[in-house]
Amino acid sequence: MLIESSWINGLIGGIFIGISATVLLAFNGRIAGISGMINGALEFTFSQVWRWYFLGGMLLGGLIYEYLLPLPNTPRYDFNLISMIIGGFLVGFGTRIGNGCTSGHGVCGLGRLSVRSLIAVISFLASGMITVFIITDILS
Amino acid sequence: MNNKQNITALISGLLFGLGLSISQMIDRERVIGFLNVTGKWDATLMFVLGGAVGVTIITFRFILPLKHPIFDSKFYLPTRQDIDGKLILGAVIFGIGWGISGFCPGPAITSLIQLSFNPIIFILAFIGGSFASQLLTKSKLKE
Repeated sequence: MLIESSWINGLIGGIFIGISATVLLAFNGRIAGISGMINGALEFTFSQVWRWYFLGGMLLGGLIYEYLLPLPNTPRYDFNLISMIIGGFLVGFGTRIGNGCTSGHGVCGLGRLSVRSLIAVISFLASGMITVFIITDILS
Repeated sequence: MNNKQNITALISGLLFGLGLSISQMIDRERVIGFLNVTGKWDATLMFVLGGAVGVTIITFRFILPLKHPIFDSKFYLPTRQDIDGKLILGAVIFGIGWGISGFCPGPAITSLIQLSFNPIIFILAFIGGSFASQLLTKSKLKE
């Protein structure tokens, strides 16, 4: 294992994500927002082909980590159909209405000092924390 | 859209996927651990977001004043600056789905490489939710 502590992993991984967003903006003038990346890719138009390259790169990055780097593999969990369907639907619905997710509003929006993105980040962090509180402390 | 831009997108995506994997943000339990502030709190996500924004806040200051990006004639940036109900409602709904699943769009895409059902079903449901919101907004425009 190269790195032991989870916060150092977090910081290094975060820096990679920041460099990724920097490369995309500096060379292509685009925002590295993943919800928009998926929605744009699904338009299946020629001008959106680059988005498929980006999504393909995300898979490649995951494969390099899992199979080539001497780092612990990502844990796998039991299939959780209901959480995936409800969670996925709400994430798709919400990010489309709110124009972004953790990457678009978080990494890029905050980097641009956008007040709109700051409000979005505070809103989804708060609602995410309240949701987990309700699930772990009240429902179970 | 040319080849240089596609290769740049591929490299940028690769760095993004590596970053999500190194930081273990594709581990749903870690993300839920961060959102679980009243339980055994896992601060990792804070360092990830801090590390990423720490980079963009510096580099974007130098990039955005440029006349155009290196491989294109203009920047494609969001222009809206107003805070409206849709922004907050959308972010709140996203947060609820995030808390339920432990996935946001980026980690869900990269963890597709695990070939497990969780991210596959999540992404399919994500696409369903995204299309549903489009239908809803379009039908509202017609009224």
